[in-house]
Amino acid sequence: MSTRDHATLAAIRPDFAAIAACIPQGASVLDLGCGDGSLLRHLKDTRKVRGYGVEIDDINIVACIQNGVNVIQSDLETGLSGFESDAFDFVILSQTLQATRHTEPLIQEMLRVGREGIVSFPNFGYWQNRLNVLLGNMPVSKNLPYQWYDTPNVHMCTLHDFEDFCAEKSLHILECRVMTGESEVHLLPNLFGSMAVYRFKRAG
Amino acid sequence: MLPRYELMYETYGALNSDRSNAILVCHALSGHHHVAGYYADDHNNAGWWDTMIGPGKPVDTNKFFVVGLNNLGGCHGSTGPSSIDPSTGKPYGASFPVVTVEDWVESQARLADLLGIKQFAAVMGGSLGGMQALQWSLSHPERVRHVLAIATAPRLTAQNIAFNDVARSAILTDPDFHGGNFYEHGVVPTRGLRLARMLGHITYLSDDAMADKFGRELLSGKLGYGYEIEFEIESYLRYQGDKFAAYFDANTYLLMTKALDYFDPAREYGDDLDKAFAAARANYLVLSFTTDWRFSPERSRAIVHALLHNHLNVSYSEITSTHGHDSFLMQHTHYHEVMHAYFGRIAKEFSA
Repeated sequence: MSTRDHATLAAIRPDFAAIAACIPQGASVLDLGCGDGSLLRHLKDTRKVRGYGVEIDDINIVACIQNGVNVIQSDLETGLSGFESDAFDFVILSQTLQATRHTEPLIQEMLRVGREGIVSFPNFGYWQNRLNVLLGNMPVSKNLPYQWYDTPNVHMCTLHDFEDFCAEKSLHILECRVMTGESEVHLLPNLFGSMAVYRFKRAG
Repeated sequence: MLPRYELMYETYGALNSDRSNAILVCHALSGHHHVAGYYADDHNNAGWWDTMIGPGKPVDTNKFFVVGLNNLGGCHGSTGPSSIDPSTGKPYGASFPVVTVEDWVESQARLADLLGIKQFAAVMGGSLGGMQALQWSLSHPERVRHVLAIATAPRLTAQNIAFNDVARSAILTDPDFHGGNFYEHGVVPTRGLRLARMLGHITYLSDDAMADKFGRELLSGKLGYGYEIEFEIESYLRYQGDKFAAYFDANTYLLMTKALDYFDPAREYGDDLDKAFAAARANYLVLSFTTDWRFSPERSRAIVHALLHNHLNVSYSEITSTHGHDSFLMQHTHYHEVMHAYFGRIAKEFSA
């Protein structure tokens, strides 16, 4: 992948750059719901990671193979039983958290097979989403491109919700990057950030 | 011990200058060296994996040098039980040694030496062929870059061995078998071979595929209340059995099923498959088919897990198909796209 491709990718998926920033050279990663393998490819090219993607969709499996990344076809909802405990430095769930049905067990599984977890998800608390709901409609935007009737997203949350969840489940947040488009957001992130990346591990 | 042996092989495409584009195709129980294309004088005899291998196909013979062979102990030109034992001047028959997947890999490595291939770009196979592909990466880790293990297993289950045992019993108890030395009696244990193939064939198809193809259709349209062939499926199985028994060697069938039963790389590592793959260095593509109950997806996942635990490069796809174990030989859009993508990736690793 050329530098230009990486720049294009960063524009399409700004969370990729934010995730890559969390990952040191040569780390081992597991990317859950890896899609067409773009993130893994990006991490292989820029961070020399060793890793695997997990994906359920047939078309994405072919795309991953074309992208030259390892991909295991499997349903995340059935767990990660094929992976040994502490097998990876990082387990990534990029833009997939909100579409998982058994969200809590999956996050526990992430921290079983990996030392740290990284999730990125659209912030439902973003002001445009709030405004949409206030005006009486479910939000449809670049980050939430689905209509209410065809969305795969079943577990939407805000940054506050996710942080509360971590506190309740004894998950220790190590890093948080909030973005809107390609810019990082520091002021009132739960209101002004459209997307967030969290890095976390088990407390203690 | 065999004093000497011959292997029948075919090649397709051209070996490139640094001999880095060679693909070895390992066959399953009833396969042979003729994997793709057809002969100038026999246009009806297409290779057994012609859907997969050829110009512009997933294994593109414009890019790759493909080698197909008939395994040692086979009955398609390689030395096997029906070959003449030079020390007696008679067919080996019962005296032909049992060969294992490991033996096949060694004989294939000697063929590679002869062809000047130090390292295969890939070794591929389905079912028993997949076992050979896996074994290549264990016996000769430095001689294979990619392994494609399709519809296979790290070892057979008890149920699977049981099917093989029934098939062998059918042959062994056929009065025409003569303890394996039927050649000198001028007979062939056709009944046993036919039964063995009929049983095998049932296990290669899925319940749904059989239901779709034959249902409960009757040949004559009405019930006869007797023991003649009435249902379409009966007629089909007997036809398949007869066809097979007419050309396949009974001793080869026994030998192939035994090689299947014995394959178990974890055995010498205390049944720990992870340890069995510790020396492996290859990159793997593992494929299974949803309706394959003879070599179920669960068996393929066991291979994948062992590869993951050894931090080896592996991709795995579970192909949705209705055709059971036979799916690996069928034309299937997604399956072929996966293969195409993977071989495209392999082709990028060498220069033409």
